[in-house]
Amino acid sequence: MLGLDADQLRADMNRLLAFLFHQGILDEQFLQLQQLQDENSPNFVSEVVNIYFHESEKLLRNLRSLLTMDRELLSFDKIGIHLNQFIGSSSSIGAQRVRNICVAFRAASDNNNRTGCLRSLEVLEHEHCILKNKLHELFQIEQQILLAAAVRYPVLN
Amino acid sequence: MTALVVDDNMVNRTIHHQLLDNLGIENVAVGNGKEAVDIHCSGKAFDLILMDMDMPIMNGIEATRKLREMGIRSMIAGVSTRSMEQEIREFIEAGLDDYQEKPLTVSKLISIIRKIN
Repeated sequence: MLGLDADQLRADMNRLLAFLFHQGILDEQFLQLQQLQDENSPNFVSEVVNIYFHESEKLLRNLRSLLTMDRELLSFDKIGIHLNQFIGSSSSIGAQRVRNICVAFRAASDNNNRTGCLRSLEVLEHEHCILKNKLHELFQIEQQILLAAAVRYPVLN
Repeated sequence: MTALVVDDNMVNRTIHHQLLDNLGIENVAVGNGKEAVDIHCSGKAFDLILMDMDMPIMNGIEATRKLREMGIRSMIAGVSTRSMEQEIREFIEAGLDDYQEKPLTVSKLISIIRKIN
């Protein structure tokens, strides 16, 4: 039944959110972000998240490129700058686990520890991928809820 | 009330802009300290400046110092991920009226605004 679909989807969304918070993938800052969304900016959260992934993917490419340079050319200062950016934007969207990995990564960079940085980068890429997949799933469910509601309450002209 | 958001990070600029918008505060965003100084040189003035610390070209510490030297008396609130006392102290001594650790939330922003009022 159409009504149950929307309710079922909402239950799925709540379960997914609970999972993301329980696993520490997201923190309460994500809820702050959701509270900024209103009828004037109905897609605010997904827009910000899209900007985040667009920027963070660039940062990951830059970090990978910096760490695969010859030792003599390796700039830990540049790595630190990229990581400050990553920490800042991850904190702002509530991406807790990604943020924490960046903090550990920055500590390795501050100690000029190339091996530690490479290890951190692998973990960061993995966590970033998990975050992207889970948020994509969340937004897909949200879209389905909107569609289900539209079908249930069609606008009659 | 008007505000200037100074942050090189697009995610943060977008969020801070929305936070201010939702509170009915007209606001403009720039990407580094030099742009913050330039916009003041062009004659614009703001009640509140949200200043990030780590930015290219001119960072938040230099920009704050420069704005104070120019005689800008707006409320300048430093907003950064930095948490070490020494780093924050340098930022505050540059001329901040307040400092909040990122992420900026509605309640943190309201506490900054209360200081203006």
